[in-house]
Amino acid sequence: MTEMKLTDAAEAPRPRRRSRRQFLRHRLAVIGTVVVLILILVAVFAPVIARKDPMYQDYSALKAPPSSEHILGTDALGRDVWARLVYASRVSLSVGFVAVSIAAVVGTTLGAVAGYYGGAVDSTIMRITDTVMCFPLLIIIITVVAMVGQSLYNIMAVIGLIAWPGICRLVRGQFLSLREQEFVTAARALGAGGGRIIWRHLLPNCIGPITVATTFGMAGTILTEASLSFLGLGVPPPQPSWGQMLTEAQKLSILAEMPWLWIPPGIMIGLTVLAVNFVGDGLRDAFDPRMQSN
Amino acid sequence: MTTYILKRILITIPLLLGITVIIFSLIHLAPGDPVTGMIDPTLGTLSAEAIAQERSRLGLDMPLPLQYAAWLGRMVRGDLGYSLVRRSPVTELIGRRIESTLQLTVSALALAVVAGVSIGIISAVKQYSWIDSLFTFLSFGAVSIPGFFLALGLIYILALNLQLLPTSGMQTLGAPPSLWDRLRHMIMPVSVLAVTMAADLVRYTRSSVLEVLGQEYLTVARAKGVRELLVVLRHGLPNALIPVITIIGLRLPALFGGSIIIEQIFHWPGIGTLNIWAVHNSDYMVLMGLNLVSAILILFANLLTDIVYAFVDPRVRYD
Repeated sequence: MTEMKLTDAAEAPRPRRRSRRQFLRHRLAVIGTVVVLILILVAVFAPVIARKDPMYQDYSALKAPPSSEHILGTDALGRDVWARLVYASRVSLSVGFVAVSIAAVVGTTLGAVAGYYGGAVDSTIMRITDTVMCFPLLIIIITVVAMVGQSLYNIMAVIGLIAWPGICRLVRGQFLSLREQEFVTAARALGAGGGRIIWRHLLPNCIGPITVATTFGMAGTILTEASLSFLGLGVPPPQPSWGQMLTEAQKLSILAEMPWLWIPPGIMIGLTVLAVNFVGDGLRDAFDPRMQSN
Repeated sequence: MTTYILKRILITIPLLLGITVIIFSLIHLAPGDPVTGMIDPTLGTLSAEAIAQERSRLGLDMPLPLQYAAWLGRMVRGDLGYSLVRRSPVTELIGRRIESTLQLTVSALALAVVAGVSIGIISAVKQYSWIDSLFTFLSFGAVSIPGFFLALGLIYILALNLQLLPTSGMQTLGAPPSLWDRLRHMIMPVSVLAVTMAADLVRYTRSSVLEVLGQEYLTVARAKGVRELLVVLRHGLPNALIPVITIIGLRLPALFGGSIIIEQIFHWPGIGTLNIWAVHNSDYMVLMGLNLVSAILILFANLLTDIVYAFVDPRVRYD
């Protein structure tokens, strides 16, 4: 029996390489990764790609339809829609990334402490988590943003500090099952303290699920930022963001007569979130041992 | 069973207190003097002396923990403070509008569950067929498209270009209220609100049904000669759909949050439009009231979900 297991392990490819191969086999995940990489390049090289100043108001071309001068037309203030679309990718990606990172750090820390120590610590943290989860995300975020004021950094912080319960629950669950395993008992017997066991022994074993949850979480934070900006409570103008570019389309006249204003940013939000979701799906398959086909 | 329900209700109490502690802290962190939102504005402009009197009557000169207790007492009696801008009690403002929001969210919930679960079952039974791939792709798309873009797109196509449906509102102005008229106004907002949740349910139902379909007791049923349709419907589904109940409970807050945007776009006179109005007017007592009411609604919905779960899955009760 033991012998068989040993040969199995020797023949199986190394887990990391196996995960990578599994990920590359997921066609949509590869496409998603390429789209995300392109979006990052667009955000970084925005000045080159946009060709125009997103804040500049061209009074000779107000509400102009797409033309060779303005490839996606202009808005009511004569600003170039293409330039705004390109620059807005910076806001969506950075808010999405920073907010989900904050949520991941807070959620992982609380979940790890709750799952490892258990008992009263665990039940206190979990009650707090359950309480936060009762609040509809958008409603509580709107309230807090209204209190602290709209700014890029406030939006990042507020979304991040409210969106952590999902990751917290996940990490706690992982820790609860891991901490009973023998390697943890061994580490403890060797005199390792709680912090060291969490950091060096347990956390590395949860990297997969945490990465997957964080990726899906980023799809969520990008959508949340877009919704906030759409409602006029996100990144303050004149800085462009995709959600905010759709705000104007609530007026039926603009919705009907200026489709170039609201369709492109809507597609960009959908495309970005879809790509991130595909990456998350691919990562989930890649990290899931049950999905490994031999 | 009774013990389980009692235990579950006991867990709800600290959560209820947690929610009120968060709201109470937010009221005190909000810009401006929170006190002003607790004094009845219909009393008119008060002298400094009268304000001091009201303060002590409301217990606002006491230390914070005691203030919290006094505030909690007023909450229990349904006093959520006053809207300074509208000059009326928050409870009344919310009470007047909550029905139309519930109409929207409950319809969306029903639509999402029926559509999501049935599509998920079809996807699972026809695994790897073109219809499965199509539904899987569509559900990915549906969770990725922002609701407001979908809503604007539908208004653009169905209301403005094809003129099939009204662009917004709850009923046609001036026309006698009728069920048909109400339904026509509900089609777009309810569908958009339901889409994300339905897509989520498709994915969970599909994987849950697939997991159950692979189990041995179904192979036994097949070996006994039970027809495939009966295997799925009678033996497979009851077990497969139990975990889906949890997902429904977990998605309720998102449904409630999503209704803000939908109400705003379709000018639906519910608590979502009230919420946006309150933000733009910095009416913090209204905001806090809305947070409190929606959190408590969700808390009780979750409690209900857990109890239903225990009814259909006896294993839970003995944990």
